[in-house]
Amino acid sequence: MSDELVKIPPALDGVGGWIDDRFHLAGGARVLMKKVFPDHWSFMLGEIALWSFVILLLTGTYLSLFFVPSASPVVYHGSYTKLDGITMSQAYQSTLNISFDIRGGLLMRQIHHWAADLFLVAILAHMLRVFFTGAYRKPREVNWLIGITLLLLGMLEGLFGYSLPDDQLSGAGLRIFEGVLQGIPIVGTYLAFFLFGGAYPGTAIIPRLYIIHVLLIPGLILGLITAHLFIMFHQKHTQMPMKGNTEKNVVGQPFWPYFMLKGQAWFFFIFGALVVLATFAQINPVWLYGPYTPLAISSASQPDWYMGILEGSLRIMPAWEINFLGHTLTLSVLIPFAVPLGIIFTGAMLWPFFEQWATGDRQEHHINDRPRNAPVRTGVGVAAMAFYGVLWAEGANDVFADKLSIPLYTITWIARVAIFVIPIGAYFVTKRICLGLQRKDAELLSHGVEIGIIHQLPNGEFVEESRPLTEEERAVVGSKQVPEAIAQPAQLDENGIPAPASKGLMGRARGIANRAFLETVDEAPGHGNGHGDHEGHAVGEAEHAAVTSGDSDQH
Amino acid sequence: MSETHDPSAGNPLEGLAPQHEAEEPSGSRRVIGTPSPTPRAVDTKAPAPDESPDYLPTDPSDPVAAKNAERVAALCFLVAFAAGVCFLIAYIGLEVGPYNSGNSVVAALRSNYALGSSLGVALLALGLGSMIWVRHLTPNIEIEEHRHVLKSEPQDRDAFKKDFATGAAITGITKRPLLRRTMLIATAPLALAPLWLLRDLGPLPGTSLRHTVWKAGTRAVTLGGLRPLTPADMGSPGSLITVIPEGFQDDDDALAKAGVILIKFAPGQLHVPTIFDGKTQLYGMNWTVDNTIVAYSKICTHVGCPVALYEQTTHHILCPCHQSTFDASNGANVVFGPAARALPQLPLGTNAEGFLVALSDFTQPVGPSFWERG
Repeated sequence: MSDELVKIPPALDGVGGWIDDRFHLAGGARVLMKKVFPDHWSFMLGEIALWSFVILLLTGTYLSLFFVPSASPVVYHGSYTKLDGITMSQAYQSTLNISFDIRGGLLMRQIHHWAADLFLVAILAHMLRVFFTGAYRKPREVNWLIGITLLLLGMLEGLFGYSLPDDQLSGAGLRIFEGVLQGIPIVGTYLAFFLFGGAYPGTAIIPRLYIIHVLLIPGLILGLITAHLFIMFHQKHTQMPMKGNTEKNVVGQPFWPYFMLKGQAWFFFIFGALVVLATFAQINPVWLYGPYTPLAISSASQPDWYMGILEGSLRIMPAWEINFLGHTLTLSVLIPFAVPLGIIFTGAMLWPFFEQWATGDRQEHHINDRPRNAPVRTGVGVAAMAFYGVLWAEGANDVFADKLSIPLYTITWIARVAIFVIPIGAYFVTKRICLGLQRKDAELLSHGVEIGIIHQLPNGEFVEESRPLTEEERAVVGSKQVPEAIAQPAQLDENGIPAPASKGLMGRARGIANRAFLETVDEAPGHGNGHGDHEGHAVGEAEHAAVTSGDSDQH
Repeated sequence: MSETHDPSAGNPLEGLAPQHEAEEPSGSRRVIGTPSPTPRAVDTKAPAPDESPDYLPTDPSDPVAAKNAERVAALCFLVAFAAGVCFLIAYIGLEVGPYNSGNSVVAALRSNYALGSSLGVALLALGLGSMIWVRHLTPNIEIEEHRHVLKSEPQDRDAFKKDFATGAAITGITKRPLLRRTMLIATAPLALAPLWLLRDLGPLPGTSLRHTVWKAGTRAVTLGGLRPLTPADMGSPGSLITVIPEGFQDDDDALAKAGVILIKFAPGQLHVPTIFDGKTQLYGMNWTVDNTIVAYSKICTHVGCPVALYEQTTHHILCPCHQSTFDASNGANVVFGPAARALPQLPLGTNAEGFLVALSDFTQPVGPSFWERG
């Protein structure tokens, strides 16, 4: 193509020169333009969260122009005549006004709410992607921790946001929040009184939640997202195992112009989808719930989806409470509040370091794992999903009871058993599936792909033709890396002395964990490339890839 | 630094063309999870950092398809333009609220549909056009960037350490412990100051969680009509009425603790005495009226939702939030769910005029458990 097309127009050249004269940017900007973005559908999940956050900032700023964060009572005489003459807070009144008296106000409210739900869906999906592909491994542990903090902040931000309109449903949510705060040992009562400015409900909570919702938490989220992106930029992206991808390079399309165009397309798609949802799928119709009064409640009060796990944890819990020395330890509130999310968040934060400890792997990793090639990690991830899922479903136990005509208490009892059984079962089933898939990979590597053409040999035997894997396929299928064994307690050196690191309780625990991580399927040595050469007659090969395991516990 | 990812990719555009399907190994199934057999079009001359990129756009391999894609993308942008104009018109044309003569709810809904669908179409069309542009009109070129070990070179680390230690030595922070320690002490109160400043966020709880506004002689009035009740007003057995202390209908802080449910039983259904302290039944007292009307706190002892659902046949009171279930005929003791304590009972009687009144405040704290409750 001619040089005509790649000339900078003089006007743009002038502006660019003016800027560069002052900031010395040409070199750095060139690096930025050539930043490589590897291409994989799952790499777009985090981007959904990013764009949702941008949309949240845009719509939220608009809403703040009209919302009045005040609990002062007013008598309503607005457009929604069904509530005419009712006393309500200014917060609720201004929410009604946004919905009925401001053009586009209802649309902005509903986009904001849908975007918040999508933001958290995307964060969780992105987090699962990073977990299952092992993208959190060295050197990306810090970004993993930032991501988990963002999830936590996002949940809190959402809870405070939907509590602001002061409608009946959100008031019930705040009541529960206050009850949970009160249950915290020693400081709980004080926390509740300080946050609410005295007894529940008071009038202080709405302006306080408002400033937390529009300034404090969004500021933190913005700062952490910036750090998240800078770290990603600095450390460069991970990439999927593919031909040409190594630990020493990163292959993909450059930022300019590809990622600019793709990012633009993706942003408009997400924004458009949210607008369509907000237009046709009603969300949080606060005018139907009415203003908050402390003694009203509706059945099937459900929080937003990301709070469902806390709701389910509260519902699944049996009535446990300890009274001692004039104090009350209300386990039926404390355990649901702290334990499930504590397990998930603390577990997720510690996992990269646990994995390093158990595998002894201190290497940098830039090529992602296929989930099947890390059976323990994948099993634990699926178990965590099952744990979350059971609690989440239990949060809607009344809806299930109603729709499925199952007694409510039966559902709760099922959940009380399932919360222990299903995650454990999920771990073992997932691990087995992973090893099965590894076995399939080993077979592909050694025998090639069956191509569906069947021959009959002169002796009557039927054989199916196969072809060897292509280079591209081999790069993916053969990407497995097995961690190295660390010293086991049973292993003695030449003098009959066990390795020092394997001694003691920690050493033994590490040995057990290490054995679990080592479990893998051998790639049928000796059958490497051979079969493709004989017209692919990989026939009647009964041999199966052997399962090796340091553990006596075989499947 | 260049690396050839595909021997056939002499021209970076070749990888794009659909005719490359022929390169697929014949009769093969694609192995799930592996890339499509279309080779990756990798820039064979990936630019060195100080070299100009030479992956310049060339003419498309299929000019007709490219022209068609261009037309479709342009059409998308025109649709987005039209929808954007519709949005502006809908904003001006469809009035809501006080400026609208008809039904305000219908007007708001109409405006919402018009604004939302036009904005949605505009954004989706913009997205679609951009996507067609990048997928069908931009050559698919990949470049390779090299990674470097993130760890700094040992000499850099050492130099950093040395510079840092030199700086510290210049200040004398290691040599002058007095200075170091007094400076640290100086910051301690300032670090605590923000916590101190938070003290006035709210009053101390004191004993406020132990009391409600009910007093001996306070009449129970209906939540809706503020009507005092006589035992006869309770109607037939099985009815449940939410009542509040008279004179506190506008005090949300009082009501959040003082809401009460009155339940009427048929004679003999109510197991008296009904008074529970936690799970222990207190004998020798009777706080019911005629052994048929009983008053319980409406605030769930779990996390404080108002209990609302009453099942007449079983006499069960259900909290809709987390399904704690209380047996109304038996001191509102917990029969299922996470609540650990019975709903506190309000001592109930009648006054000289025959109206239902409290005989005293609740004798135990209502609502959720808290540390100091005991």
